[in-house]
Amino acid sequence: MVKLKDFFCKFYVAIIMLFLYAPIMVLIVSSFNSSKSRVLWGGFTLEWYQQMLNSSIVIGALRNTVVLAVGSAFFATIIGLLASIGIDAMRKKEFSIVMSITNIPMLNADIVTGIAMMLLIFRFMPLGFSSIMLAHITFNIPYVILNILPRFNQMDISTYEAARDLGAGPVTSFFKVVLPDIIPGIVAGFFMAMTMSMDDFVITYFTKGAGVNTLSTMIYGQIKKGIQPTMYALSTMIFAVTILLLITINLITLPKKSGKNKPR
Amino acid sequence: MQENILQLKNISKSFDGEMVLEELSLDIKRNEFVTLLGPSGCGKTTTLRIIGGFATPDSGQVIMEGKDITLLPTEQRCVNTVFQKYALFPHMSIEENIAFGLRIKKKDEAYIKEKVRYALELVNLMGFEKRKPHSLSGGQQQRIAIARAIVNEPKILLLDEPLGALDLKLRQDMQKELIRLKKELGITFIYVTHDQEEALTMSDKIVVMNQGYIQQIGSPEDIYNEPQNAFVADFIGDANLLAATMLKDELVSINDTRFTCVDKGFGTNKPVDVVIRPEDVEIMERGKGIFPAIVSSILFKGVHYEIIANGIGIQWMIHTTVYYEIGSKIDLYIKPFNIQIMHKPESEDEAVNHEE
Repeated sequence: MVKLKDFFCKFYVAIIMLFLYAPIMVLIVSSFNSSKSRVLWGGFTLEWYQQMLNSSIVIGALRNTVVLAVGSAFFATIIGLLASIGIDAMRKKEFSIVMSITNIPMLNADIVTGIAMMLLIFRFMPLGFSSIMLAHITFNIPYVILNILPRFNQMDISTYEAARDLGAGPVTSFFKVVLPDIIPGIVAGFFMAMTMSMDDFVITYFTKGAGVNTLSTMIYGQIKKGIQPTMYALSTMIFAVTILLLITINLITLPKKSGKNKPR
Repeated sequence: MQENILQLKNISKSFDGEMVLEELSLDIKRNEFVTLLGPSGCGKTTTLRIIGGFATPDSGQVIMEGKDITLLPTEQRCVNTVFQKYALFPHMSIEENIAFGLRIKKKDEAYIKEKVRYALELVNLMGFEKRKPHSLSGGQQQRIAIARAIVNEPKILLLDEPLGALDLKLRQDMQKELIRLKKELGITFIYVTHDQEEALTMSDKIVVMNQGYIQQIGSPEDIYNEPQNAFVADFIGDANLLAATMLKDELVSINDTRFTCVDKGFGTNKPVDVVIRPEDVEIMERGKGIFPAIVSSILFKGVHYEIIANGIGIQWMIHTTVYYEIGSKIDLYIKPFNIQIMHKPESEDEAVNHEE
């Protein structure tokens, strides 16, 4: 009986995994398929990867994507960190008001955010690379706050007070005592912001100017002309990088074995 | 030795419109072990935070060695704090924790090394330099917190319920340790606690606080033997608190039974509060005491029995080492100087303090 129950439990999980990851597995396999057909296996090849890397359109889009991801994550992390310090110091009522306002952009439909940003940014500057950057920084900030704020809540404020008590000024105390405590949250926030920026299509699509492409908007443009296997290769690579980033975030935020959270 | 190192003058502080401290004044002498004692929410921690510079009073002054330091930031004060939850820096080793204050002050490394060694020796934790705080027990962490504070040679050491998180046995050991440290260092200790036993054991002077007011200042003996009001009597130790009438000097009436006492100057026929400690109520054979009573319960408490006996319409709490059956008919006797007479609160403010 127990064995049967055990089997069904595992089977159930396997089915879920299959539904979740089968499409991506098909994509990955297709990216190594030398036949252009989507149903026939023509042997293993790296040709599509080669073609992709030789294409100036792909490389340009890749460069934009990386610069956007790193750049927007960098600025969003700084702004998000400062915001977290402020929010943490707020009283309960203000705290919950600001937190719900902060969370709205994450729950809001991307298309609404995208159109709204396009309208706003277009009033002040022509749409192009900078407008995408501004948009990405904006939608990344809540994710950074989401990662950093819990660290502040966990932190014992009296360690900061102890540093002050021992003669360190407010700034020194922050860098010597507070920052080391919250740095995992900052790094996790940075990587999550990078992932979000790389993954975004809708907001980028609405805020980009003509001729500027990120990988996702470029793939969308290419697909309109007919699907090329190079796109499989590119998608596979994006998927791989995303997975790597997510694993990194999880490793960082994972509580350490003998951290301060250990019950006393 | 008898000069004031610290003076609090008319300190008031409120949080969100709620008065925490009102017009509090307190003088602390050099080299004293002063304990701020009171129930939670009485303002004792706020007082300590104002002295440490973590809070600014709404009005009033903090004066240290004649200088007004009310607005001086924490890091510029010659005081150091031992926090309730230790507040060690988790990412630093024990050595780095203790040396933190000295490194901030840019002392040279040889001096720091010597100081750290001395501090660890003082708290009996030699050889712990390279360990991380989380690998230490609560008691050890608290010793490190004390070491980290005293290497900076503060003029006043503030201790905010430092033993609150430790178990009973460890707490008693640490109390002795603190008394020893105080003697060796020869600096002023200001200690905050809600534990009356801790206060009685360690202090030179106890400041009993309730609801933002100082109720009584005195030596442990004074506070215990001659509480000035019902709150102090009730908060420090066990007590029989009774309403009574002062008939004239040295004569008090409790439930129409007359007792001789030693207090004078309360006037005639004045309502007063009376406190009688349970160990001061003496049990005698029938006919030999002041009034008769019947034992209604007896509890074994280790050192003594706690007996509740009914007599003259009052439930008396009595501590005795002799066992009595429930229902025993006894007499009770109280020596005149063991009857402590206290004024009834007169003003409304004082009446507020009566609650709890």
